[in-house]
Amino acid sequence: MRRLVPLVPFLWLGLFFVIPFAVLLKISFSEPAIAMPPYLPLWEWADGVLTIAINLGNYIFLTEDPLYLVSYLSSVRIAAISTLVTLLIGYPMAYAIARAPEGRRNILLMLVILPFWTSFLLRVYAWIGILKANGVLNNALMSLGLIDQPLVILQTDIAVYLGIVYTYLPFMILPLYATLSRLDGDLLEASADLGARPLTTFATVTLPLSMPGVLAGSMLVFIPAVGEYVIPALLGGPDTLMIGTVLWNEFFLNRDWPVASAVAIVMVLVLALPIALLRRIQSRAEKA
Amino acid sequence: MRSPVALRIVVVAGFLFLYAPILSLVIYSFNESRLVTVWSGFSLKWYGELLSDPQIIGAAWISLKVAFLSASIATVLGTLAALVLVRGGRGRAVLGGLVTAPLVMPEVIIGLSLLLLFVAMEGLIGWPGGRGLLTIVIAHATFGAAFATVVIEARMVTLDRAVEDAAQDLGAGPLRVFFDVTLPALAPALVSAWLLAFTLSLDDVVIASFVAGPGSSTLPMVIFSKVRLGVSPEVNALATLVIVLVSCLVLIAAWVSARQRVPEA
Amino acid sequence: MTDTPLLCIENVTKSFGATYAVDDVSLDIRRGELFCLLGGSGCGKSTLLRMLAGFEAPSAGRIALDGQDLANVPPHQRDTNMMFQSYALFPHMSVEKNVSYGLRRAGLPRAEIATRVTEMLALVQMERFAARKPHQLSGGQRQRVALARALARRPKLLLLDEPLGALDRKLREETQLELKKIQETLGITFIVVTHDQDEAMTLGDRLGIMREGRIVQVGTPHEVYEFPQSRFVADFIGTVTLFDGTLTEDRPTDAVIDSPEAGGPIRIPHAVTGSVGQSVAVALRPEKIVIGRTPPEGVENRLIGTVETLVYQGAASIFLVRLDSGKSVRVSRSNRERGEAEAIAQGDRVHLGFSGQSAVVLAS
Repeated sequence: MRRLVPLVPFLWLGLFFVIPFAVLLKISFSEPAIAMPPYLPLWEWADGVLTIAINLGNYIFLTEDPLYLVSYLSSVRIAAISTLVTLLIGYPMAYAIARAPEGRRNILLMLVILPFWTSFLLRVYAWIGILKANGVLNNALMSLGLIDQPLVILQTDIAVYLGIVYTYLPFMILPLYATLSRLDGDLLEASADLGARPLTTFATVTLPLSMPGVLAGSMLVFIPAVGEYVIPALLGGPDTLMIGTVLWNEFFLNRDWPVASAVAIVMVLVLALPIALLRRIQSRAEKA
Repeated sequence: MRSPVALRIVVVAGFLFLYAPILSLVIYSFNESRLVTVWSGFSLKWYGELLSDPQIIGAAWISLKVAFLSASIATVLGTLAALVLVRGGRGRAVLGGLVTAPLVMPEVIIGLSLLLLFVAMEGLIGWPGGRGLLTIVIAHATFGAAFATVVIEARMVTLDRAVEDAAQDLGAGPLRVFFDVTLPALAPALVSAWLLAFTLSLDDVVIASFVAGPGSSTLPMVIFSKVRLGVSPEVNALATLVIVLVSCLVLIAAWVSARQRVPEA
Repeated sequence: MTDTPLLCIENVTKSFGATYAVDDVSLDIRRGELFCLLGGSGCGKSTLLRMLAGFEAPSAGRIALDGQDLANVPPHQRDTNMMFQSYALFPHMSVEKNVSYGLRRAGLPRAEIATRVTEMLALVQMERFAARKPHQLSGGQRQRVALARALARRPKLLLLDEPLGALDRKLREETQLELKKIQETLGITFIVVTHDQDEAMTLGDRLGIMREGRIVQVGTPHEVYEFPQSRFVADFIGTVTLFDGTLTEDRPTDAVIDSPEAGGPIRIPHAVTGSVGQSVAVALRPEKIVIGRTPPEGVENRLIGTVETLVYQGAASIFLVRLDSGKSVRVSRSNRERGEAEAIAQGDRVHLGFSGQSAVVLAS
């Protein structure tokens, strides 16, 4: 009994996380078919002959149609720019929270976390009301006389950037806050004592020591942003190309499961490097 | 040390950015007009419509059931995984890598791969017998367990092993030690882990869309299909209810954990 | 019956991989004694204690409590209790619940539990705090609750892991005496693990000094201080000056050690069990050396040097005297008369003397 209980999480994750990946990989190598399920088996056992048909067609297809390459690149670009903007907003916020007096710090921290607990979908939805042609933003700007034509923001890449920055900001602030709050105040005083101005102290002490937080936060934003589906679906336009949307459409609209699987496998490969980086930062942070 | 003015401005602007959209959702949920963003007077009519919409009420019920079950499974899995990770045992490194993998995997991939698994298993052994509540619960429990493990593990590493040794030294057997000492010490983390898994389940639209079957649409799936067609005052009303509910829960959780934290100091 | 030891530790070894935390330790603990296990950090004393409690299993060897082999007895069934270094009080239980926990596990009747808890809380003077939670107590109060909780089951053997380690110095000194009194009153056998030699000297009926997993010497505080059997023990307990030298003469009534460090021969008025030509060390406690401006009378050994450092400590003064050989000797002199300390100043030439009887000869 005592030996078996710890095996439960292994079994569960093996069955519902590892094996699905194997299945995904397998189906990415199968031939599409009009059937249910809509793909041909990878191997067949008939008349004592085992036939294995590994079909690289789905992957070749990904390279032939420029849609896929463009979508991958565009996803990475959108995710990278959004991550940078999130960092630029999140760093000063995390810094200010970490430096705030004890009592206020917890309240501010909770204010950062609170939106994360409220529905992600509804928070993305809120931006539709703000950004659309006769939405809150345009109405406000027009009534102030700043513009006389509504700005077209919704259904553009800008709206997608906004949506990603908005929804993932807490993911950036929390790891940054964690490293910044652990920063020993004595180090800053020592730096000042040794003649550094506040900005020099920031550049030579605070920033280098908070790099693990910067990297962890950036990866926590970048990785899910690359595969994001809901934000481009709600805020983006027809020109917004993101690989999550492509995968979704292959699966739900084209019902091409093998190609959808191949898209997913390539996405995992694209994300392997940032995921490995995040892992390294996290395991180092645990050891420290 | 007083923070520079520029820093304060960034912080205030940052919080405005975080809360303005939520605030606008709430305000316009009380708007008379269907045109959500054009104010035409205070009204509660969208709340009335929301509560009499059988599709939304049905989906909400499904979502609550799924969230309750998956959060409970996720918390149990998370506790066991955290026990293995913190207390050692074989395969610690493997489990550590495995259990947190769903945290960094895009939802579309988790959803797609699980669906493919369910379809393949269906063909092989006839289980899980079509897609529906069960498959959503399994999917949500899997990624909920990843979050639960992180929360529970963080608490477990701070536990003083000597307290458990003390209980054993004073005559308590292993199970007794777990229920008398370990579990009470973990309780706040178990509550937060459960709440987190519950919220994530209630919030998920992508994974559920892949693994749900006909007649098992969750609330986020229904909302998503509604808002793809444009803004809907009903959704604003729903959002307001969700925000109020979640805020209350978070405040209670914060209050409880603040009370719990004092004893550790 | 009373002559047989309560606890027999026979050739106990504990290895973690290739490292030996406890290396072939044999030790008998007598009934009713307060035994101190003394050693630096990582010497294996805590591991040994945890094996007695049952939290670690020995890799080899045997532990028997009152004749019963403990090999297959889990911690919760052992007739030992432990007071933890961190106290390990249950944070969610009141003082009263903490103290009664072990009694409830033993299935004692409720009335008896209540009596026993009252008794224990009275013993440690914590009656007024029965309803408090641990976090509402001061460090010293928690320490008392931990002691009461460990004693409540009236174990045959109480194991105390650095019981006073978390207290500040003043409180620690008071508590040492109190702990000793409680131990004598109850007559329970205590094994105290400590790294603090003063604490071990104050508390222990006997001490066991550990180093690198082994017990290097066992004895009363007096034996260990006056007759250390190794350089390590001489240096670890109290302070000592060691003169390296060679044994040149060894007769039944006296011995001579030639030590260039001491600037000549050191005479010892008894036999040294060693062979002539063997290199040895002569250990001298600071208080065994007399210091003065004139050559001291009535001692076999005299040295001359210059006062390099002088520290006035109130009750005594410490002199660091540099001999002409370059060796630095530590001397302490109690300040019996006011003004005496000023009689010798830094830089003065001084004469030192000691009796060979007070020196200890150690094999190097």
